This record gives sequence, C-alpha cells and structure tokens, in this order.
Amino acid sequence: MSNFYDEKIETMSRDEMSQLQSERLVSMVERCYNNVPLYKKRFDEMGILPGDIKTIEDLKKLPFTYKTDLRDTYPFGMFAVPKEELIRIHASSGTTGKQTVVGYTAHDIDIWAQSCARALSSIGGTKSDYVHISYGYGLFTGGMGLHYGAEKLGATAIPVSSGNTKRQVQILQDYGSDIICCTPSYAMFIGETIREMGIDPKTLKLRAGVFGAEAWTENMRREIEKILDIKAYDIYGLSEIAGPGVAFECTSQTGMHVNEDWFYPEIINPDTGEVLPDGQYGELVFTCIGKEALPLIRYRTKDISCLSRKPCSCGRTLVKMAKPKGRTDDMLIIRGINVFPSQVEHVLLSLNMDPNYLIVVDRVGTLDTMEVQVEMTPEMVSDTVKNIEALERTIAAALQSTLNISAKVRLVEPKSLPRSEGKAVRVIDNRHI
Amino acid sequence: MIQQISVFLENKKGRLAFITKVLAAAGADIRAMSVADTSDFGILRLIVDKPETAIAALKDEGMAVSLTDVLAIGVEDTPGGLAKATNALWDSGISVEYAYAFISQKDGTAFVILRVDNNEKAVEVLKENNITVIEQGDIRK
Repeated sequence: MSNFYDEKIETMSRDEMSQLQSERLVSMVERCYNNVPLYKKRFDEMGILPGDIKTIEDLKKLPFTYKTDLRDTYPFGMFAVPKEELIRIHASSGTTGKQTVVGYTAHDIDIWAQSCARALSSIGGTKSDYVHISYGYGLFTGGMGLHYGAEKLGATAIPVSSGNTKRQVQILQDYGSDIICCTPSYAMFIGETIREMGIDPKTLKLRAGVFGAEAWTENMRREIEKILDIKAYDIYGLSEIAGPGVAFECTSQTGMHVNEDWFYPEIINPDTGEVLPDGQYGELVFTCIGKEALPLIRYRTKDISCLSRKPCSCGRTLVKMAKPKGRTDDMLIIRGINVFPSQVEHVLLSLNMDPNYLIVVDRVGTLDTMEVQVEMTPEMVSDTVKNIEALERTIAAALQSTLNISAKVRLVEPKSLPRSEGKAVRVIDNRHI
Repeated sequence: MIQQISVFLENKKGRLAFITKVLAAAGADIRAMSVADTSDFGILRLIVDKPETAIAALKDEGMAVSLTDVLAIGVEDTPGGLAKATNALWDSGISVEYAYAFISQKDGTAFVILRVDNNEKAVEVLKENNITVIEQGDIRK
C-alpha cells in the first residue's frame, strides 16, 4: 500500500527537494524583509540583505525568531500580508503569558490542510473513512487543522470537538468512526470511559488514531493501542508554524516525516545556536518557507528532537524528526539535575502502573524537593500498610535509578489528580525562583 | 474464613464519612472495621454482611479496593478468652499480622478478626482447640 497523498513531493529526491526549498526560501526572505518591520530591523542590524540568501544552505546565516517576538508584536505585528489577504486567525492558549496570535491566507490554509491530508493518508486514511475529531475547535489549531485535512483527503470529518466523553463514545459506536484525532491523554480517557461503560473496544470500527499536541511516550502508545484496540500514530505541530501536521508518523512508527517542502527543520544547540548534524538531539527550529501570512524564520520551538534522512520503509524521502523527548522549558532543573516529566511516565509504565501522576516541586530552605504523586489502582491495594509502603519504595527506587535524583512518592486515590480533556497537568512547581 | 474489604484512603478530611455514606446507600451493614494509617494514607478494613454489593458500590465511586481472606473467631468474653486462641496459634508457629474486634450479638461471646500468615493451618489449630471459627454465611443477616 503506497498511502501517498502527494507522491511527487513525498518521494522527491534530496537534490530536487533542496532546489525547491532554496527557491521558496529566497522568495520568503524577500517578503519578510519588505513586509515585516522586525525582520528588516534584525537583518539590518546583522548587515544581511535578502540577496545574500541564495540557497537553503544560507539559512544558517539568518537570525532566530522567538515566541517573545510574537508576544512583543501582539497581536498582528509579524504578519507579512495586508489584512485583505487573511482568511483565518488562530491563537495559542496563552497559559504561560500573553497569547500568540497566528494568521493564514487562503494559500496557508490550503497547505496546512494538505499537510494534515498527507498525515491521514500515510496511516491508511482514505475517502471512505469517518474521521472523528476530538481536538478542541476554536482558537486552538487542533480541531480545525485535522478537520480541513480530513476534508482535503475526501474523508468525512466528524467535528465532535473535546469534552462530553460519553457522547464521544456513543458517536464512535453509532457512526462507526474509523480514525480518531485527539490528545494522547484524552485518548486514554476515552479508552477508560469505554471500559467503564462495559463496551468491548473490539466491537468498534475504530482502527487508528492520530494523537498530538502534548508529549507522550512509546509506553503510552502501547497503552492506548491496548485500551482502544487501534494503531496509535503521532502527529506534530505548533500554531506558530501552522498547527498539527507540520510532521506526521507513517505506519513504520519510527519518527515523524516533516512536510519540509513548507516547513524546513533544523536542530540546533540551544545554548550556542550552532546547527547540529542529523542524529544529534537539540532544539528543533522551523522556517516556514511555504507560508504567506506568518512566514517565520528559524522559529525556536523549544522542543528537543533530532532529524534523520535515512530511507524509510514507507518510501517517503521526507526528513524524519524523532518524537520530542522534552521541551527546553518543560525541563525541570531539580537540585541541578535535568528532569523531564516523560521520564516519570516511562518509569510508571515500566512498573506496569497507570501513568497517572503529578510532579510537585518545592523548595525547603535552599533545597529543592520533588514529590511524585501516583494514583492507586485496585491491583496496587493491599490490606497492610507495609505492602503499600513497599510499593512506594519500589517506585521511589525506580525513579531514583532513572532520574538520578531522589523523589518522595505519595500514593493518592484513583482519579484524584487534575485531569483535563485537553492537555494533562503533570507538573506543579511551587519554587517561585 | 471470611472476606475483608480493604479500601485505600488518603489522609484527607471527610473520607471516612464519604465511604460510610456509600456503604449505607448500597445497603451494606458494617460488622467490623479498623483503620491502619500513616501520615499520608490509611487502609480501611471492613467486614460487611454483603461484600460483593459493597465492593461494587465502592468501585463505582472509583475507590481503590481489594479483597482479603481473614479469620473470624468467637471466644469466651472473659479474661484469657482471646489468649487461648492467640497462644494456640503462636505454639503452632502462626504469626498474627493484625487483629481487631467484631460486634457481638451473642451474649458471652467476643468476636475477633485475625489476619494470619497461614489461614488453612490456623483454622485447623483453632478447631483442635475448640475455638469457634466463623464463616462468611454466619455474618449475613
């Protein structure tokens, strides 16, 4: 099965792709310089003229763009087109400060929809599929991104949006949804709800899921595949670059193919800005070479990943990025040691426990403390205190060996930790440093 | 042997009130209970007349619960009544993990729940010593 949406692009030779990328970069840089005051100022300060950029190899000469640049020019200061040409606005949730607002022209919406259509197609999606979309619709890009992608593919989009989980399950049953799109934590929640309702997932038509918008691990993939009896695929994106579909997993499940004809990826050392070779982990940076309204140059995603241009068994030549293993800003530094929440998840799953946890970091005097709260399941309950305390010690020892830092483990009642139908709350940092 | 329900509870206000309300609504009569606690959590151990009904109601509320087989014995309600049973177990090399008392509805008899490390052997020893071992059926109404 070929599963290509755009076979020419998806299997293009490296030389042809570089040629295409170079042409698009040259045109983009010209537009950025002439239409975005911030870029003109940065180029001028660095003594760069648009004409200095001739091929994709020259990209490394250009300045980075940061999330703060979007906030500082809030709401529309980085847009490179007049508003007559805009047809859509989205915005980030703004949980860590002011919202970041992004705009799209008709062309931008089209390439974004194609990106998502490629993603759905690569996992076997076709015109005859019902695509159940449980991402939130609204300013958040998740819902509408996959929605337009499903329609672009010619499949049938079911815009369920997030929430009302029992209704989600009823629609899965009654409409016979083939593919579901949502956050991985919500997929787990839907799976748990299906089981609680006494429904055997094998009786559902659902065969695959496309999950993104938050970090998840290989172990969590297996959990989701088990609880929903489907194949679970990863999708990557961020609103600043387009939304979901910037990169997508194929059926080989060995990394995500980047739609590099529109979104050019680089991996850099986050401290020095130096570009790193394939295979080395660093901060993922994107340049929107195919976009009109918000053509960001070398946008710092803060996601930690690496790239691979090795041949993929699916036949695509599009460069692959590894599932991000954390974020430069999600990374907790506790007593000087880097801790990623995903490591805690990995430890719990390796002990065959449900990955429902909350990391609480605090500072007592000058010493950082880390507490990991873990929800109990019936299998973990014992009639003696000593057995439950032994369980706490087992988890603490496993955390210590993975994180190289001691954490207090506290077992809590089932379903007592904050759970949202969008992104899961995994960390509470009370240090106020 | 009878079935004991263990419920994991965080040391938070109102948890015992909540659990007992759930059991009341399910129509389960509590015949004996004890709480083992640490600073963070407690284990509530319950003997009820209808363990299946009680377990289902607690699971519906999302509680983490499990079942354990424990011994229930009836001893003379006089000084030395319990000593006879515990010493018989000790002499046979059986350890008692924990014990708690049971509501007596029969004059002159005290009821005690025992968690031991070897149920089958303990039942044998107790019967040899003429100590009443109560079965699940005896505590149903």
